[in-house]
Amino acid sequence: MKINVDLKDLLSAVDVPAQWVGIREVYEAHTPRMIRDGVPVANSRTSTHGVMVEVLVDGQFGYYGTPDMTAVGVSSAAQRAYQQAKIASRNSIYSFDESARPKYCGNYKSPFSKDRNSLSAGNLNEILLQAYNNLKISDKIVSASSLCQIIESSFKFVSSNGSDIMQDFLMLEFDLSATAVDGTNQQTRTFGGMRGTCRQMGLEFFDKYEIMANANRIGEQALELLHAEDCPTGEMDIVIAPDQMMLQIHESIGHALEVDRILGDERNYAGWSFVKLEDFGSLQYGSELMNITFDPTLESEFASYAYDDGGLKATKEYLIKEGLLVRGLGGKESQIRSGLEGVANFRSSGWNRAPIDRMANINLEPGDSSFNELIEQVQNGVYMESNKSWSIDDYRNKFQFGCEYGKLIENGKLTKTVKNPNYRGISTPFWNSLKGVGNFDTYGIYGTPNCGKGEPNQVIRVGHASPACLFNNVQVFGGV
Amino acid sequence: MEKTFNILCASLFSTLGSEENLVLSLSGENSQFVRFNNATVRQTGLVDDADLSFKFISNGRTCNGGITISGNSKLDLKRGLDEIERMRAESKEIPEDPFLVMPTDSGSSHEIKKANGLAFTDAVDAILPAMQGTDFVGILANGKIYRGSANNLGQKHWFETESFCLDYSLVTPEHQMVKGCFAGSDWNQDEYENYVNQSKKKLSLMQKKPMKVDTGEYRTWFEAAAVADFLGMFSWNGISEASLRQGCSGFGKMRNEDARLSSKFSIIEDFSPGFCPKFNSNGEVSPDSISLIENGMLKNTLVSSRTAKEYGVTSNFAEGGEYLRSPRMSPGKLNQENVIEELDRGLYLSNIHYLNWSDNAGGRITGLTRYACFWVEGGEIVAPIQTMRFDDSFYRFFGEQLLDIEDKLTIVPEVSTYGQRSLGATTCPGILVDSFALTL
Repeated sequence: MKINVDLKDLLSAVDVPAQWVGIREVYEAHTPRMIRDGVPVANSRTSTHGVMVEVLVDGQFGYYGTPDMTAVGVSSAAQRAYQQAKIASRNSIYSFDESARPKYCGNYKSPFSKDRNSLSAGNLNEILLQAYNNLKISDKIVSASSLCQIIESSFKFVSSNGSDIMQDFLMLEFDLSATAVDGTNQQTRTFGGMRGTCRQMGLEFFDKYEIMANANRIGEQALELLHAEDCPTGEMDIVIAPDQMMLQIHESIGHALEVDRILGDERNYAGWSFVKLEDFGSLQYGSELMNITFDPTLESEFASYAYDDGGLKATKEYLIKEGLLVRGLGGKESQIRSGLEGVANFRSSGWNRAPIDRMANINLEPGDSSFNELIEQVQNGVYMESNKSWSIDDYRNKFQFGCEYGKLIENGKLTKTVKNPNYRGISTPFWNSLKGVGNFDTYGIYGTPNCGKGEPNQVIRVGHASPACLFNNVQVFGGV
Repeated sequence: MEKTFNILCASLFSTLGSEENLVLSLSGENSQFVRFNNATVRQTGLVDDADLSFKFISNGRTCNGGITISGNSKLDLKRGLDEIERMRAESKEIPEDPFLVMPTDSGSSHEIKKANGLAFTDAVDAILPAMQGTDFVGILANGKIYRGSANNLGQKHWFETESFCLDYSLVTPEHQMVKGCFAGSDWNQDEYENYVNQSKKKLSLMQKKPMKVDTGEYRTWFEAAAVADFLGMFSWNGISEASLRQGCSGFGKMRNEDARLSSKFSIIEDFSPGFCPKFNSNGEVSPDSISLIENGMLKNTLVSSRTAKEYGVTSNFAEGGEYLRSPRMSPGKLNQENVIEELDRGLYLSNIHYLNWSDNAGGRITGLTRYACFWVEGGEIVAPIQTMRFDDSFYRFFGEQLLDIEDKLTIVPEVSTYGQRSLGATTCPGILVDSFALTL
């Protein structure tokens, strides 16, 4: 149950001699529903609701996250946040002032036409059960599932310097999965890999998308993979579908450009970055076909918003233009600490975590090539779809990815299906081997609900849109 | 918090109809988080949080729910009653659950661990002086953690503990790093400073210029922290009975083809140290000890009550996700003092990073070296190594390639703070492996 709270009243109840005070309220409800192997395994709705009171004292921010949203509770939270900040201010990494929380006022609302109540729990279970029946096309499919998760999130932010922001989000995650087994050969096919199908939208998703046809295709492809040869090993060209490009962008660009990583904040957990502060404006990150944007304005992408959690207005910005690194993923605090231009990406996972530099929507802009034109350029290579394995080092250099589904490319044509397609490389040489970027017809909008980072740890939602892309001379390999 | 939980439970259970059942579980904390970088404070704050989870069973259906406990008794009761009403209505329209797990009353428990911990107002001044002169980065997580479970049949469990964990890295000017984790319940300043001094000594080994190692297979020593990371992969499409049944477990070769690990390798789920509660979120109490792999042979998997019903096997009251909560790997005979001599020529890996299955069915895991990792030659440490990617199967490094196991066990605490601070620990030794594959 969401209760109504007047944040301005709560702000007026705060009585501490701070340079600045802000209150951020977050309500979030998750409603997952899942059918696995013909029976319901999730019909749930969990909500969380609280505020983070943040104060600036002697140049140091301190916070207190509390579910007690009464005037007394918030006043007490401010006192204790003040105490924490005051003690820490003797050893601050940087002495901030109010400019780290600029004043903005405004609203944002996710685009949707059907709200979460437009389909009942019963209706959704029926759709998911029907999808399961379309996945389970053979006894060789030992397990299949269909799931959706509706996420409602509401964000309000007020501050002593006049910020007043309200944002309401409606999001949907959807997945289909079929696992086929023959002896110890086990192959799983999903709808976009790793819950990649996630967007800001309403339940109109269930009208627009050909769920049952996709379920049938996924079931058939899981079986097809059982009988497929292993992906070949060697150095060859690869064409990567948007639902794998998503993770390639995420791991080897997005995390590497987070300015708090470059400043060393994450060295004990997520890691550092091969990118240095002096690389902005000079590092040729990739080929001239490469244009990467921070775009919180793309309608329906998973991490679109108008303001970040520090209240900074969000705009589309190029991070990499024609392969040249031009801007980092740094929110206002990182911009002040580094002296670099940044973006509005100071984000948190909820009311109980302080914001840090995060990705939002990080996209690869479309190029000119049709899908066939990408394939035609390849004499000997592999086309790969849908991520199933990912790993990269703490400097964001040496990556390795595995995909669910591959097709050999021979003499410019897609031929045999291959299982266990994997590839590995090093970030900037790999991006400099980008030799073809698909046009808008090859474009897909995906995301991930589970981007982890930060101390204390935080999971946030990010979006990634990309066309299909061609890379030359990549290390490719198959299964055991 | 316990009182709040008890009052809420009594009020909510009293509203149930005769054919309705309810399991409530609480997960909460009063925590301090101080984040450090360059031996200064990056972020500091406090978090009070408590979530109440609902499992409502009626009409042959299971519905789940969850609310935040605000501390305002009227609001919390209203939230709880609304939640029950919502689930009651929903249970009339969703499909029947043939494998639902009914609550039972199989006894209650009560465990409160009090500590002479680190006061929130003292933390920064206790930690930073010992770190002066170092490039220190990391996080202090400090305070109380609560877990509760109760059902309408009268079963009730409560677990409360107070702890601190300073999880940190020290970094050389050439970006070489060592890892430290000073964790416990009672704060002892002398012990802390001694621990930091050990980290500083280890850092001095990192001053040499790191060397590049070629890809290929190497004799390798893994410290306990690295072994704990490998064992952590067993919790993700590994030791779970449901994963095996659903065709997505790396343990399929052991189950279906009688593949064996080394006879030196044994692991149990061991709740006796009390790192985490024995009860799960359903209120079920696990046995003190469950043998999982014994002398290389798969003896038991982790089985939740739902999996037990679905596949007709016996539950060992694992959590719903069937992950390891308190694993303990058996020690061997190799003394730490002899490790480098026994290794002779190869890799000394203290930590590994970002593991993932690269071929789950084949048991193949990829990841990277991290922190204090060295090249050893002629029984002596030569230099730290540059970061390398590995890709190898646990059927090899816990199997035919496993040469020896350390005679001492290390407790590697669970330091995750996703959503909230975690409980639990992995207890394991280091291992010496004859061949381990570096790939990039």
